[in-house]
Amino acid sequence: MSDARSPTALQALRARIAALEAHGQAPRGVLPFGVAALDASLPEGGLLRGALHEVAGGGQGMLDASCATLFAAGILARCPGQVLWCLTKADLFAPALAQAGLDPDRVIYVEAADDKAVMACFEEGLRHGGLGGVVAEVARLSMIASRRLQLAAERTGTLGIAVRRWRRPADAVDFGQPTAAVTRWRISALPSAPLPVPGVGRARWLVELIRNRAGECADFMMEACDETGHLGVFANLAHGSLAPPAGQRQAVA
Amino acid sequence: MPTWPTDRLRRLPGSAKPSPDGPLVLLGRDGRRRVVMAADAHAQALGIRPGMAATQAHALVPDLPALAADPAEDTAALHRLAQWAQKHYSPIVAADPPDGLLIDATGATHLAGGPQAMLAGLVDRLTATGIQARAAMAATIGAAHALARSKANPILVACDPGALVDLPIAALRLPGGIVAGLHRLGFEYIGALEATPRAPLALRFGQEPGRRLDQAFGRRAEPITPVTTPDTPQIHRVFAEPIAAAETLALCTAELTAALCAVLDSKCLGARRLDLLFHRVDAGIAAIRIGTAKPARDAKHLARLLCAQLESIDPGFGIEAMTLSAPIAEPLTFQPATSRLGEAPVADIAGLIDTLANRVGTAGLYRLTPVESDIPERAMYKIAPLAPPTLLRWPPNWPRPPRLLAPPEPVETMALLPDNPPVQFTWRGIRRRIRRADGPERLYGEWHRHEAERDAVRDYFQVEDETGQRFWLFRAGDGTHPETGSHRWFLHGLFG
Repeated sequence: MSDARSPTALQALRARIAALEAHGQAPRGVLPFGVAALDASLPEGGLLRGALHEVAGGGQGMLDASCATLFAAGILARCPGQVLWCLTKADLFAPALAQAGLDPDRVIYVEAADDKAVMACFEEGLRHGGLGGVVAEVARLSMIASRRLQLAAERTGTLGIAVRRWRRPADAVDFGQPTAAVTRWRISALPSAPLPVPGVGRARWLVELIRNRAGECADFMMEACDETGHLGVFANLAHGSLAPPAGQRQAVA
Repeated sequence: MPTWPTDRLRRLPGSAKPSPDGPLVLLGRDGRRRVVMAADAHAQALGIRPGMAATQAHALVPDLPALAADPAEDTAALHRLAQWAQKHYSPIVAADPPDGLLIDATGATHLAGGPQAMLAGLVDRLTATGIQARAAMAATIGAAHALARSKANPILVACDPGALVDLPIAALRLPGGIVAGLHRLGFEYIGALEATPRAPLALRFGQEPGRRLDQAFGRRAEPITPVTTPDTPQIHRVFAEPIAAAETLALCTAELTAALCAVLDSKCLGARRLDLLFHRVDAGIAAIRIGTAKPARDAKHLARLLCAQLESIDPGFGIEAMTLSAPIAEPLTFQPATSRLGEAPVADIAGLIDTLANRVGTAGLYRLTPVESDIPERAMYKIAPLAPPTLLRWPPNWPRPPRLLAPPEPVETMALLPDNPPVQFTWRGIRRRIRRADGPERLYGEWHRHEAERDAVRDYFQVEDETGQRFWLFRAGDGTHPETGSHRWFLHGLFG
């Protein structure tokens, strides 16, 4: 971006656009990841609260969404207030969410019969406004449904995360369809760094920002959420030295 | 409740109560004879039947404890039981003297977890308080009445009306004289009576057999007049013209809710449960029941909860009256808002919880809290969403996957015994070569829960394949002793 010449003019313009877009809605906060490269690629300098975000897994993760779940849990761990977690299939293992920093006393689960009921609970949670965040595990997310959710989130300033999860790999082509979500992420597992002793190190993820409203898409290689919900910066232990300064973007083919 | 009169007496407080074991009969008068009106299970085992002459019973069992029967008090107690059942099970409950309860369970079973669970819970609760009970659920009152008294053991949910045909005609709620007359003509079962032409029957016995048959098979409507509890806050509204449009119903619901909230306000109460009854012009009653997580008297919120269920109401030819009552109401007074300086007050989400609970049922809405158990399947239990924080935490250092497979899925592996992780495994037809592994984390069976777990051992490994996918595998058994497990491998979870 060539904002070097007149940064003040550009900032004023951005402020005006933001004021136009807001038109009397709840003031929206921003939840930074605390990782410079990630925050820099998001136009607001972090994940926008009062908006809908989509997260899905890659590969096997399309079916179990385990990386995506932990990614969502890590975001909500850093976000104050109660969390509503809507799901249809109760295979979520709560201790893992606690290890990503999400306090078990904060999470209320809603087990609904089908996707339609999950969407209704998701919208109800976003519309209420007293929650810190709402997560829903859904397969289909149409443009109209996501628009409703996005408007509900905008009105109350609640963070909404749709964890996309499909029953069959073939159904996952649905992820290419446009939705009204502000960002769309795909989280896939990467091989972890070899340790000097036998064992498994901290998990690593390929975090792909596939859609980013008013911003550019990007890929990042990150270390998985720690116990406070923060993503880690890649430390390249394989070569015995740290990677270049924190948050260096890496091109992934 | 086959032995309701004697069970009722045994539940009396104080010294008037008969001894808990040993037979008990109640004596009354039938014309000029003294007869046994009721006999408990012990007395029936000794051969005493209701209707037997009192002298015969005394001859069978010397010094038989006998009390005077009091049918009026039995019926009054039955009404009190119906009021209790109305509070807990369904808005439409009526006493069915001399020894039964009628519960219209339409649309009320989901709160109790389904028809079977509702009946089982009802019978368990009654049995626990010393009342013998049998329960049946069927499409009509007549069928449920007949099945509960003949086939239910102790519960029965009958879906098809054909279940009635092989029941004795005594189950049809006919007067004793008619039953005896039908027996004399050779009718034993309801099926035989149903197959007979009506006209000769009506000529001999009047309309009664035909009416009862029609009621049992659902060809003739049989409305229930529900019991009312006098001190329940209640609003009743009769309309000048029958109403049926959904918008009108919603409007009236909102008006009734506002009026009820004013009543609750004057008594400093908040509703935990609301029943909205629609009285149709054909004397039928449809009902909506909602529950709240905390006492509430916010008219707007309660009206919204009720209106969300209006679509389940069939107005038929029109609704001529509506009744809104709060069978469970608890004290609700003003409470000081606790706020710390400089912090935003904690938002109240009770309204949201009510909305969701009435949408998905209370069973689908919960928080999970840790249990002190190493076995992953038992590591948590569900608590109410608005329960106070438990402050319990799982041990933080052992890796746990975000997805748990229930039950664990067997996998084909290649592994060295006793404590090496597998080299590769095959799950759902895909072979994965393991690059890195961590373990074992040994979990012992909980001998204090099940005898079978006394020696059981599971060795858990966290493994990573070539693509970076992580899995939580375990081997049943410690790898050395056959009594600790089968030494087969299972996949129990997927890491992220």
